[in-house]
Amino acid sequence: MMGTLLRGDRGGQVLLTVLAICAVVMPMCNLMLPVEHPWHVSTYQLNLFGKYLCYALLAMSVDLVWGYMGFLSLGHGAFFGLGGYAMGMYLMRQIGDRGVYGNPELPDFMVFLNWESLPWYWWGFDFFPVALIAVFLVPGLLAFIFGWLAFRSRVNGVYLSIISQAMTYALMLAFFRNEFGFGGNNGLTDFKDILGFPISAQGTRVALFVASAVAVIAGYLLCRSIVQSRAGRVVVAIRDAEDRARFLGYRVESYQLLVLVISAMLAGLAGALYVPQVGIINPGEFSPLNSIEIVIWVAIGGRATLYGAVLGALLVSFSKSWFTAVLPDYWIFALGALFVLSTLLLPAGVAGITRRRVTST
Amino acid sequence: MNALTAKSDASTLLYMEDVTVSFDGFKAINQLNLYIEEGELRCIIGPNGAGKSTMMDIVTGKTRPDKGVVTFGGDIDLLALDEPEIATIGIGRKFQKPTVFEALTVFENLEVAVEGERSPGFNWRYGLSNLQKERIADVAEIIGLSDQLGAPAQILSHGQKQWLEIGMLLVQKPRLLLVDEPVAGMTHQEMDRTGELLVSLAGSHTVVVVEHDMDFVRSLDSRVTVLHQGSVLAEGSMTDIQANTEVKRVYLGE
Repeated sequence: MMGTLLRGDRGGQVLLTVLAICAVVMPMCNLMLPVEHPWHVSTYQLNLFGKYLCYALLAMSVDLVWGYMGFLSLGHGAFFGLGGYAMGMYLMRQIGDRGVYGNPELPDFMVFLNWESLPWYWWGFDFFPVALIAVFLVPGLLAFIFGWLAFRSRVNGVYLSIISQAMTYALMLAFFRNEFGFGGNNGLTDFKDILGFPISAQGTRVALFVASAVAVIAGYLLCRSIVQSRAGRVVVAIRDAEDRARFLGYRVESYQLLVLVISAMLAGLAGALYVPQVGIINPGEFSPLNSIEIVIWVAIGGRATLYGAVLGALLVSFSKSWFTAVLPDYWIFALGALFVLSTLLLPAGVAGITRRRVTST
Repeated sequence: MNALTAKSDASTLLYMEDVTVSFDGFKAINQLNLYIEEGELRCIIGPNGAGKSTMMDIVTGKTRPDKGVVTFGGDIDLLALDEPEIATIGIGRKFQKPTVFEALTVFENLEVAVEGERSPGFNWRYGLSNLQKERIADVAEIIGLSDQLGAPAQILSHGQKQWLEIGMLLVQKPRLLLVDEPVAGMTHQEMDRTGELLVSLAGSHTVVVVEHDMDFVRSLDSRVTVLHQGSVLAEGSMTDIQANTEVKRVYLGE
């Protein structure tokens, strides 16, 4: 099964092998080697890498819609944020009466706002399975509604990009409001447990890192299963000549809708894995700037390769953490320069360096 | 209506009656009547702006006429269907500008076009059937691209792209082929081969060719319809058309 999915995808084979090795070896280096050992991986490093793996999954979801389907989404941060909030709500409910106000029924921010009872849309988030379903369902539903309206009206190109950006901006404004019921400005934080395990314990961190690596691998295989299928060829055909695909009898909007919904769900999963690792989710995640940064990762890594997106996200994120430590004020300029240079010198991204000319599988 | 239907009989595949469409007051198609017989090869000529492309847009569902009747196969109302539905009932279209899918290989272009299930769920799960594979191989032979199945379509020559697009029409197995300027930019040799191909398709398919190149149209030796200002100016064999004084006036400004 995996063999057929990765056939002809050299970059993917290498990437998934390296990721799988990391997912096994790095936790071992963390848990089994003493701190002073040169090969020891600190929990902090592991946690950082885990966070970047979430970015990688997010970048992959953008590559699926942009690289393969031609929809330059400037709003994928919205799907990521919604997945993150769904997970954050579950984590909030796990706090129970250990909050500052010690209220067993309501999260701190609701007590602060003098709310009497839990709003209906928080019901059920005490249970992990409900939250897990919401992680996929909420971003998927938003993508479905967005796609249904946009694709059926044949909105495309730059207009579609702008609408997607407006979507995430609108969500940001909504989530900033206290009465919206998701903690307003401060978002959701002060998490204690996940599935009964203390969230900042070493073992939990390791498990979250492994879960993120597994999610990237599984997400990659899912995306491959689409792009190397006949449906994937149709999606590329739609990207290159939408009208032509329509005259061949394809219902273009149903392909676009399917791919967008899957992509949004992957982005939601990325957000859900991200939140317990950083310990907070706030409306800043919906900022259009975040969504633009995802696009830059994909552009730098290389479009329509999937592994390029993963590479780009990891590369940029690690440079960011290095750069912000050395010259914190100049990161945004460095990012801009990186984007401009890669567009000029590497139009096919980092992946394009190793990849030979487009060949068939 | 009775007087009109008298003109068409059971063997009429495409029936256009009293069709009018205007863009911002300009009548691109003006009370057009056009009847294409099953198995016929028909050429449509006319000066720029005569409404040839708009006529194809109407048949394929891209443009909705302001009034008129367009039916296919006797009882299918094309005006009630959209582009994918019209393609599915058996109308294929080749564009004026060759539009193959550049990033896909020759084989993949044919694969996307081949007759079969069009839903995303099905195509995600299943590959090609053996029958479809055979059909692709056969058509690749006909269009002379058997040796280049693995090549990306973007490296093909202009003429080869035109053929690939005709091939994509053939694997689609349409009853009616609408072919817009098939020999634009082709060498004489390529034109001859394209002509032979189109002639050989007539009979088993119905073929409508829109073309500017008069030598090419003459070589097809088919019935010719001349469009002018959105309606039919003349219809008949190429010899009749050339002798027609109205046509001379429109084309040569005499």
